[in-house]
Amino acid sequence: MYWLRRGWAELRNEVFVLPSRTLVLIWVVALLALPVVYGDPYVMRILTMTCIFAIFAASWDLLAGYTGQVNFGHALFFGAGAYASALMSLKLGLSPWVTLWAGAAVALLFGFLAGYLCLRLRGSYLSLATLAFPLIALGILFAFPDFSGGELGVSGLRRLMVTPTGNYYVAALSMLAVVFGLWLLADSKFGIVLHAIRDDEVAARASGINTPRYKMVVFAISGAAAGFAGALFAHYLRVAGPSTLEVALSFQVVIWGIFGGLATIYGPVTAVFILYPLTEWLGSWGQFGELRLLIFAIIVLLVLLFMPRGLTPFVRDKIETQCPRCKQRNAFWKKICRLCGATLSGLDPKLQAQVPGAKRLVGHQ
Amino acid sequence: MLQDILVTGLVNGGVYALLAIGFSLIFGVARIVNIAHTAFYMLAAYCFYTLLVKTGLGFLLSALIAVGGVTLFSVLCYRLVIEPVREHEAAVLIATIALALIFQELMLFTFGGHFLGIPSTLEGAVRFLGVSIPYQRLLILVVAAVMLAAVWFVLYRTRLGLAIRATANDLEVANLMGMNVHRVAMATVAISVSLAAVAGVVVAPVFVVDPFMWLAPLVTMLAIVVLGGLGSLKGSLIGALIIGYVEAITVFAVPAGAYLKGAVALLIMVIVLLVRPEGLFGVAFEEER
Repeated sequence: MYWLRRGWAELRNEVFVLPSRTLVLIWVVALLALPVVYGDPYVMRILTMTCIFAIFAASWDLLAGYTGQVNFGHALFFGAGAYASALMSLKLGLSPWVTLWAGAAVALLFGFLAGYLCLRLRGSYLSLATLAFPLIALGILFAFPDFSGGELGVSGLRRLMVTPTGNYYVAALSMLAVVFGLWLLADSKFGIVLHAIRDDEVAARASGINTPRYKMVVFAISGAAAGFAGALFAHYLRVAGPSTLEVALSFQVVIWGIFGGLATIYGPVTAVFILYPLTEWLGSWGQFGELRLLIFAIIVLLVLLFMPRGLTPFVRDKIETQCPRCKQRNAFWKKICRLCGATLSGLDPKLQAQVPGAKRLVGHQ
Repeated sequence: MLQDILVTGLVNGGVYALLAIGFSLIFGVARIVNIAHTAFYMLAAYCFYTLLVKTGLGFLLSALIAVGGVTLFSVLCYRLVIEPVREHEAAVLIATIALALIFQELMLFTFGGHFLGIPSTLEGAVRFLGVSIPYQRLLILVVAAVMLAAVWFVLYRTRLGLAIRATANDLEVANLMGMNVHRVAMATVAISVSLAAVAGVVVAPVFVVDPFMWLAPLVTMLAIVVLGGLGSLKGSLIGALIIGYVEAITVFAVPAGAYLKGAVALLIMVIVLLVRPEGLFGVAFEEER
């Protein structure tokens, strides 16, 4: 009973005070409850893929959004994870539950490698050089078709679970674990260092941060998460094909990341949850479905014209305001900060006069 | 085989040089990584096809209209789509990706996904050093050379060229010296896309024309630009020739080379970057503005 009350208090004081946290809670609950309420296999399939791609997009954001290493070849890690787990499970006969981690481990190594190669590159050079990596891998795979299956890829894998609902839960739970893990990581001291590296690498180094080491670690973590997504993808579709390494996938993740809002983790995830089902849904419209990529691109373009910083920062600024004094966020309907009592719309003196608490504190700003 | 390598490398290098120099120009002046650059090349090829095969205009006329139309269209796209989000680098990036996707899908919808055949502009071939070179390939080479000379002339012998080079060198100072940097950026977009459009028109009869024809040259072009140094025109030209020859050598001399040609070209780029992170002729940008 105590824990229940304690939990409820936490929920009320920490989650319901902010609309964005409430939205996240609703999203998590809906994600977990959906198969019980509406277990249509088609919907399950789309949502499973959405979850897998959400992991992928979140891992890109850690690298590109937080650290500023805008990777145009993120499909390398996805493909490495997919191919590694597929080959291991076929050639060595390992269980999918083992190869899932093996795929992530291989992608981690690829992350270290890519990070090492990119240490001296900056800005656009890095983006364009990383674009090459998955294509080099693709060329090598095509040159050895006996090993990699060439155009067809490695097929005939075992699934993780038999039922669609089981697969969905595997994808959804691992997505929640990875995304919240990345979010915690990005919010920790480690994440602050990453922000510093993105904003001014020289200053970060001058402050005693070993930036090459941090960059390589971020490449490795991000690669491992993307490889995990790739391995899930391979086992879910039971095939690891060349499509996991294509330029299109690398661009897709860039679109998701920037559309959702960089350096947020939840932004790219939101973008995937909006854009992926949307494209699938458009694709199911028969004749109209041929236009789905066109409509997708137009939507992305229009949204960007109005929200150039991405979708989630825009929405977040609409539904929440930042306290000018203590920098905590408040729901948009609040007039005074929930933590320090400062007036939120500090520009309006008339309003300030009406709030006794704020009047007292004006001098301290 | 040696002659084959020499000729193919030179012709492909010329086409790549046209694309890479245009890309480099836009990047240098406006700091736009224009992913849609080769999509304009594809648009020009389709435009040329429509005018030539469907409406039956002459070669020269359809080529001129295709290049002019695509150039105008690119300026329009720049004004409507890129300019409003110029301050946000990330937004510009995916705006260009989205543009490229839109063009690809529009072409896919209008013309279908199959390859289109375009008759050669010039029939016949000339024998040279024991290898027969089709006139079309010679034409590509000549056009590339003429266009490169024209770009050189515009950049180094006209006031517009001076403004473009000044803006590329230092945008803020150029602005303070009274140059209209927005107009310069627009002129640069027009010049660079017209180069891509010319490339699209001349290669249309030789390469395949399909809605996905922009992807392969895009990657090669990016490799060239990075190899030569971003924003450096000399670097782009030399990088284009290097990559052109490397691809030709891989295709003709290595087993399974057709699969590996992209990989080898990109590998060369990565190696150069490891040794010289700013590319062969790149200036290390001190602080991006």
